[in-house]
Amino acid sequence: MKHLLFAAGILSATSAIAADKPELTVYTYDSFVSDWGPGPQVEQAFEATCGCDLNLVGVEDGAALLSRIRLEGENSDADIVLGLDTNLIAAAMETGLFAPHSISADYTLPIEWTDTTFLPYDWGYFAFVHNAETTVPSNFRDLAESDTKILIQDPRSSTPGLGLLMWVKAAYGDETPAIWEGLSDNIVTVTKGWSEAYGLFLEGEADMVLSYTTSPAYHLIAEEDASKAAALFDEGHYMQIEVAAKLKSTDQNALADQFLNFMVSDAFQSIIPTTNWMYPAVTPASGLPDGFDTLIAPEKSLYLPADEAAGAREEALSEWLGALSQ
Amino acid sequence: MAGRAQPVNPWPGISAAALVAALILGTLAAVALRAEATRGFGPADWSALRFTLSQAALSAGLSVALAIPVARALARRRFTGRRLLIALLGAPFILPVIVAILGLLQVFGRAGWVSDLLGLIGLPPVQIYGLHGVVLAHVFFNLPLATRLILQGWQEVPSERFRLAAQLRCEGFALFHLIEAPMLKRVVPGALAVIFAICLTSFAVALTLGGGPRATTIELAIYQAFTYDFDLGRAALLSGLQLVLTATAAFVALRLSRGDGFGSGLDRAIRRWDGTGRAARLGDGCWIVLAGAFLMLPLASVMISGLGGLMHLPIQVFQAALVSIVVAAASTALLLALALPMATAIATGRYGIVEITGILGLAASPLVIGTGLFILIRPMVDPTALALPVTATVNAVMALPFALRILVPAARQSVGRYGRLALSLDMGERAFFTRILLPRMRPQIGFAAGLTAALSMGDLGVIALFADAEIATLPLQLYRLMGAYQMQAAAGAALLLLILSMGAFWMFDRGGRWHAEA
Repeated sequence: MKHLLFAAGILSATSAIAADKPELTVYTYDSFVSDWGPGPQVEQAFEATCGCDLNLVGVEDGAALLSRIRLEGENSDADIVLGLDTNLIAAAMETGLFAPHSISADYTLPIEWTDTTFLPYDWGYFAFVHNAETTVPSNFRDLAESDTKILIQDPRSSTPGLGLLMWVKAAYGDETPAIWEGLSDNIVTVTKGWSEAYGLFLEGEADMVLSYTTSPAYHLIAEEDASKAAALFDEGHYMQIEVAAKLKSTDQNALADQFLNFMVSDAFQSIIPTTNWMYPAVTPASGLPDGFDTLIAPEKSLYLPADEAAGAREEALSEWLGALSQ
Repeated sequence: MAGRAQPVNPWPGISAAALVAALILGTLAAVALRAEATRGFGPADWSALRFTLSQAALSAGLSVALAIPVARALARRRFTGRRLLIALLGAPFILPVIVAILGLLQVFGRAGWVSDLLGLIGLPPVQIYGLHGVVLAHVFFNLPLATRLILQGWQEVPSERFRLAAQLRCEGFALFHLIEAPMLKRVVPGALAVIFAICLTSFAVALTLGGGPRATTIELAIYQAFTYDFDLGRAALLSGLQLVLTATAAFVALRLSRGDGFGSGLDRAIRRWDGTGRAARLGDGCWIVLAGAFLMLPLASVMISGLGGLMHLPIQVFQAALVSIVVAAASTALLLALALPMATAIATGRYGIVEITGILGLAASPLVIGTGLFILIRPMVDPTALALPVTATVNAVMALPFALRILVPAARQSVGRYGRLALSLDMGERAFFTRILLPRMRPQIGFAAGLTAALSMGDLGVIALFADAEIATLPLQLYRLMGAYQMQAAAGAALLLLILSMGAFWMFDRGGRWHAEA
């Protein structure tokens, strides 16, 4: 055990070298800090201007991130939490741990943003991704009647999975249980997270997988592969808006505000599309990268405001469980 | 009445067990104490419990039932590639869950190889999703482990017994009844208990192969309680339930597996004179080929998918591989420091509680251990600074049950055979440990160390709860690649992981083999 503590000492010593600069700690989800996510570029861009050390800490996914903050409570080491989504805002607000901000920006979100605690930084539409050459249903009713096979994620362990529950709920309200019963024979399986489902889809296990309208942009831009498309559903697509907020307990108030401001600036926003594969919350002056213009543009944006989403969650989950557990 | 004197000091083992118990129960208590109001168990939890128990019992039963003829065939036959096959048997077990799922479904899925074959003759694709799919996946993971444990049982029968049996023309059922059945009676319950415990904590595999929320396990309910509901009390309750179930299973198994060994032999290499008939040879051949194909095909698919990506792996993947090697080495060292004294204490036959403690490592939810450690460490140090030591420690504790299953029979045998001789020579406890126990247990130590190194290399463990941007292990990096759509690079990383894990396994396992028996 001594050796482990010794090793730990070395590890913590290396991170303490930059201790003379102020440090801003941002908790976020793991894919944000990964070498292929926005993290490294964001860190470089912000540190170039702030004279500080930006410490990004990755915590699994959005839901686990909120759990971490609740676990740490008022003694949290985090100054900012980046990566909650609209379905988590109500629960996050209830903790009373987050402080309002005073930042304003010209958001290019499909809805008007009024929340003054949580700052949106990117957004996307949930959608079913399929191989471009296959013809696919254009709404949930047609999907339920078709033989099309889909892969989805479990709402209890995955953000897109929960998004799908909200999508069906927002589109169909009281008819939701019937829709899920109709869909139950289309669902090949339900996975723990997005990666399993997407991996299985690429292996050909199903015709469509629950993902985002922006997923085909990855294949097009990063792999020069135009074979993937997102299915346009005529009842509208549910939106996911990802947000960040400052913690009341921060000891770096000014620096935290500076980072939040940075988040809605071009420097941050232009990193988002091709690293997080989402739409920027404020379209940068340079516009969207080539390839994003090929994506489907839903005519109708479905969205449940934070408090409604929180209220609908339990009911939607039990309807989903009821329909699929038979 | 005081037990028979033995040249073994049980206290280091008892202390090690106390440490392990403190880690498992302490982290559970830390989570429970941090809990606010909980909504307790609901009907959904009871159905999760029912499903968890039935799939774990089926998976354990089937894995072991199939492992018996496979191990028997491997024990009786010598053929080219046998060692390689036995080494590869370790592979399914050490794959990260997500890789194993993708590999399995590439073979058995709707668009898998088997379905393609069926399609050629006009049959519909395999319906893999359901309880049978869960069991299939768990058998894939655990058949190899069960086979190795049972094969080891066969190899621990002194070769003189087989010689004597051959001289007496004792073959077929008589041989089974006199030698093999008593051996199985001692080995099988332990194997069942370990596999039952592994399957009890299954989550992603059960959900994906189970085809939907019908396949909700307790571990999923724990995850849900943590992240979706943030109900720590319920998470602790559910985790406690897992521990109680496992401890009960372990207790029953240990009760059943009592029985005398075969006495000592002269450690000659085992030679078999039985099973030379055509039917026996054909039967053994079938078992080996079937089990080999079942286990190797998904691995082959992992290798094939990974080849393309292996050439273009980003540098960060290799950095992560180095980190993983260090973590694996540390957890292997820690494991041996815990497992050897524990096995020695258990070998005295008086400390069943030590053995049960050893199995609990499997039943403890990684999420609960991780969160508990996080709660405990945080007031003192920044938990992310301890990410790697914590991961190595938790990996060692999770591998402990396997290591004990491997080490205990050999330790018992050595103490039983040489204990009295050592006492009569007035050999000290230390001398007995270093001169008798360690050398005699070398193959088992090698196997246990190899398994731990490989498991620790491949398991995501608790690093996801602690990691910061700079430090990543190979499994974490693999998940990150997948999360970033880079499925091809991820497949390459999976192949690299497979190679490293198998390499570590092979190195330790072979290092421990001083006779020709693989």
